[in-house]
Amino acid sequence: MAETVTVEEKEPLFSKKNRQLLIDPLNDQNPITIQVLGICSALAITTQVKNAVVMTISVMFVMMAGNVIVSLLRNGIPDRIRIIVQLVIVAALVILVDQVLKAFVYDVSKQLSVFVGLIITNCIIMGRLEAFALANKPWPSLLDGFGNAIGYGWVLVVVAVVREIFGAGKIFGIQIIPDAVYAFGYMNNNFVILPPMALIIVGIIIWIQRSKNTALIESH
Amino acid sequence: MKFLKNIVDSVKPNFEKGGKLQKYWPVFDGFETFLFVPGHATENGAHIRDGIDLKRTMVTVILALVPCLLFGMYNVGYQHFLAIGESAEFIDMVIYGAIRVMPLVIVSYGVGLGVEFLFCIKNGHSIQEGFLVSGMLIPLIMPVEVPLWMVAVATAFAVVFGKEVFGGTGMNILNPALTARAFLFFAYPTKMSGNSVWVATDGMQTVDGYTGATALGNAVDQGVAGIPPFMDAMIGIIPGSVGETSVLACLIGAVILIASGIGSWRIMLSMIIGGYVMGYLFNMWGANSYMEIPAHHQLVIGGFFFGMVFMATDPVSAAQTNMGKWIYGFFCGLLGIMIRVFNPAYPEGIMMAILFMNVMAPLIDHYVVQGNISKRLKRAQVIA
Repeated sequence: MAETVTVEEKEPLFSKKNRQLLIDPLNDQNPITIQVLGICSALAITTQVKNAVVMTISVMFVMMAGNVIVSLLRNGIPDRIRIIVQLVIVAALVILVDQVLKAFVYDVSKQLSVFVGLIITNCIIMGRLEAFALANKPWPSLLDGFGNAIGYGWVLVVVAVVREIFGAGKIFGIQIIPDAVYAFGYMNNNFVILPPMALIIVGIIIWIQRSKNTALIESH
Repeated sequence: MKFLKNIVDSVKPNFEKGGKLQKYWPVFDGFETFLFVPGHATENGAHIRDGIDLKRTMVTVILALVPCLLFGMYNVGYQHFLAIGESAEFIDMVIYGAIRVMPLVIVSYGVGLGVEFLFCIKNGHSIQEGFLVSGMLIPLIMPVEVPLWMVAVATAFAVVFGKEVFGGTGMNILNPALTARAFLFFAYPTKMSGNSVWVATDGMQTVDGYTGATALGNAVDQGVAGIPPFMDAMIGIIPGSVGETSVLACLIGAVILIASGIGSWRIMLSMIIGGYVMGYLFNMWGANSYMEIPAHHQLVIGGFFFGMVFMATDPVSAAQTNMGKWIYGFFCGLLGIMIRVFNPAYPEGIMMAILFMNVMAPLIDHYVVQGNISKRLKRAQVIA
């Protein structure tokens, strides 16, 4: 039998297309501010920067690993049960994350509580599996997962920084608003701790983003 | 007048197109039209213009608020001297009250108009006068002891997120003044509720047995026994937010608003009905002593009347259709009393109820309009 050798043109690891996969989710295709996905966790766990960072790392791990696994299996997954398969993969990864968090950062794990488990239903992850990993090779899928996790994460961290500064006067649990200011009658803003204010902060981020990036403004 | 007009005309070229201060045209325009009837001509559509433009409307509401403001000043002084156990002349009370209330008014106007001017200059549209009323309402619904910086923060928040993000005056979903109050209520609960914020004591020793609790606070603890007599609440010599204690002053405002056609009597009437019905139902139920407060008494304590006259009737955020106004007002009253009684953590249920119904108003209007359309369609088909 004659071997058919298909000579594929080797694509460089960080070709323009691949770099785009990393950069797009940061701004033009940001999962939170543009696609408005994953809002639930963004509102719930951003009261402290620490929680936001841990959440970002967890989502990053699940998203990258999930993307690669689904991408590897993409030709074997029957179309009709693909959602179930994806769910199983993501759920397995999330349980892994959950156990690691419980073992090493127990207090954060307690604060994130149910939201670690809810990573399974985070629309960003399912969205990327469906929209990208199922149709692309592992390497671009990995980059896509990383890019989207960072795009998700920076919004989370920015919201958390604002909320922790104004809500508790701290960052990473370290007090940054001096006691002298409190002595003048300054008080922490409880409203910032409540979820509605997180929504408003996300709104402000979208507002700033759109005023900088006019291509995003719809024409009507 | 002539003198004023001359000054305005002499600085005008600086602000017009090509002038040095062209950027600040909205500010100039705002002041000019505040002083004189604008000379705008209609360019298309209906050519009949009423003399009562937005500025005149707003000034009428401010006039309607004056009784509340004046009584508020008197009451702040009255409560102060009552709390520290001194007797004082009427005029001393008013002066003391004015000294405490005016800073609130100035901060509210200063910050609110400042933010509004910034947005107008940035967006290049002329200044709309919506804030004239909000700026007066905000100090009147604050506890007198609220720190000024909180008023400033809340006002800025209300103007930006209650109004400007929706497109400015006339586009807002929520009542800006109530947005400011709700913001403070959730942000700094210790300064917006409890017993120590409603009466200005200047840190002086209060007389024995004095608590400074509002009627609503007492109603939660003690029910009927704790609330002030009907006539006291009617006149308004009870602790509470600056301008909302006096039902009588609110009623004077209501008369002005209804006579000038600016406030909707449908909303006011239906809100009283709604509040009374809920109060009456609670009387029937009587599960705790708060519910046993007579319905008519329930209406005069707290900010029910102030909210009804000046907040619920806000022509922008209220329902627009006549039928819608009945429904809207009814539920404002009903929900207000319900929240107040069911959830002691939110004593001022009227604020929540009006904000909630503000959000619902477009929906109510939609169904009223749809209902009307289908009713008329049915009639048309019968004839055909």
